[in-house]
Amino acid sequence: MWKWLHPYAKPEKTYSLTGKMLPWFAVLSVIALTVGTIWGFVFAPADYQQGDSFRIIYLHVPAASLSMGAYLSMAIAAFIGMVWQLKMADMAVAAIAPIGAVFTAIALFTGAVWGKPMWGAWWVWDARLTSELIQLFLYLGVIAIYGAFSDKLLAGRAAGILALVGAINLPIIHYSVEWWNTLHQKATISKLDKPSMDSDMLWPLLINLLGFGLLFGTLTLMRFRNELIIRESHRPWVKKLFIGEK
Amino acid sequence: MFAVFLQVIRRELVTAFRRKSDILNPLWFFIIVITLFPLGIGPEPNLLLRIAPGVIWVAALLSALLSMERLFRDDFLDGSLEQLMLTTTPLGVIVTAKVTAHWLLTGLPILLVSPLLAVFLSLDANTYMATFITLLLGTPVLSFVGAIGVALTVGLRKGGVLLSLLILPLFIPVLIFATSAIDAASFGVSYSGPVAILGAMLAASVTFSPFAIAASLRVSLS
Repeated sequence: MWKWLHPYAKPEKTYSLTGKMLPWFAVLSVIALTVGTIWGFVFAPADYQQGDSFRIIYLHVPAASLSMGAYLSMAIAAFIGMVWQLKMADMAVAAIAPIGAVFTAIALFTGAVWGKPMWGAWWVWDARLTSELIQLFLYLGVIAIYGAFSDKLLAGRAAGILALVGAINLPIIHYSVEWWNTLHQKATISKLDKPSMDSDMLWPLLINLLGFGLLFGTLTLMRFRNELIIRESHRPWVKKLFIGEK
Repeated sequence: MFAVFLQVIRRELVTAFRRKSDILNPLWFFIIVITLFPLGIGPEPNLLLRIAPGVIWVAALLSALLSMERLFRDDFLDGSLEQLMLTTTPLGVIVTAKVTAHWLLTGLPILLVSPLLAVFLSLDANTYMATFITLLLGTPVLSFVGAIGVALTVGLRKGGVLLSLLILPLFIPVLIFATSAIDAASFGVSYSGPVAILGAMLAASVTFSPFAIAASLRVSLS
């Protein structure tokens, strides 16, 4: 496997590989998001208690789980960057952080919009909400420290360390609904036995989850490629690539 | 290795005692912030007892933040940090010593003035005990976790604000469990649960953060 992976430590190989992957991710995510969102918002049956307002879960749940997934992938990239000193892993950290921050903000916003009619408040200091808010702060911290260093090589490493330190928050968010008996409901779909949701409601959610995942992949690839080009802009292969295209 | 550990602590203490204002100013700040609350909110004992945990801990966080920079900044500026990194002793040991010294200079004084808080905020004996225990377990966590942020920002020219943005979110868990322990104590129920979690945080931060601090320093000084 190492032999197979080895060429991708070279920036130009990675650049062309990600360029090939990008359209697949983009097209599939558009398809999945269109199908999932329209199915969820128009065709899925209304909830017997919450009526139509439950439909926001089709945005809320994927954004929230991807906000954690993005952090996890950022932390893994940071770990790889720290242990194997791959500078491209640090670029991935820098690429993921703003996307994760936006997903976290979407999750918090949609949660607040849903919470107003259901709980009667935009915001409650519930364990899961608080830990998600902390996660937003952590993302912003990673972005801030990455911006503060003028040497981007060091910036990537510093951001990686901070991302790894903040990763302690992940299990706290994930298990907060089980450790503390809070207002936020418990997991519905990630349970291994029968999910506690009707399949007509569940399918669009799963499709949207996939769509958000692919969207995350698309955005990460785009930002990663940008980052790569900017950092390698003095290298001959980049110059050849762009002057050759013109 | 242990001899070096003690030597670094001694060196830190000696340099700090030559410039006493570095230790005293954060402590003054802590006391003054706490004084502001009874004056601003009103002196009823019940109200004060109710807000005491939050006030004490927010003041502790802020004063920790104030004193945090001196952990590495001076040594970084005069180059002695680089000399310390060049020694054969593992960097983790040296930073652990520096953080321990920092706690002795900033955390311990807060513990020593904490009886004063009990008087100011009309805490009863049980609540005061809980406050003391959470400060004892929590302030070292602040020093260890905060040191990571300082190590990351020490090489930056405008690290001050960034430092607070980086480490205050990491302090939030300490704040939550410390205040819930004091809260429980003020209602007269058992507070061993949150205190145990604080202890776990202390154990984890003492174990892991030296590595993170050392790695951050290597980034900042390269």
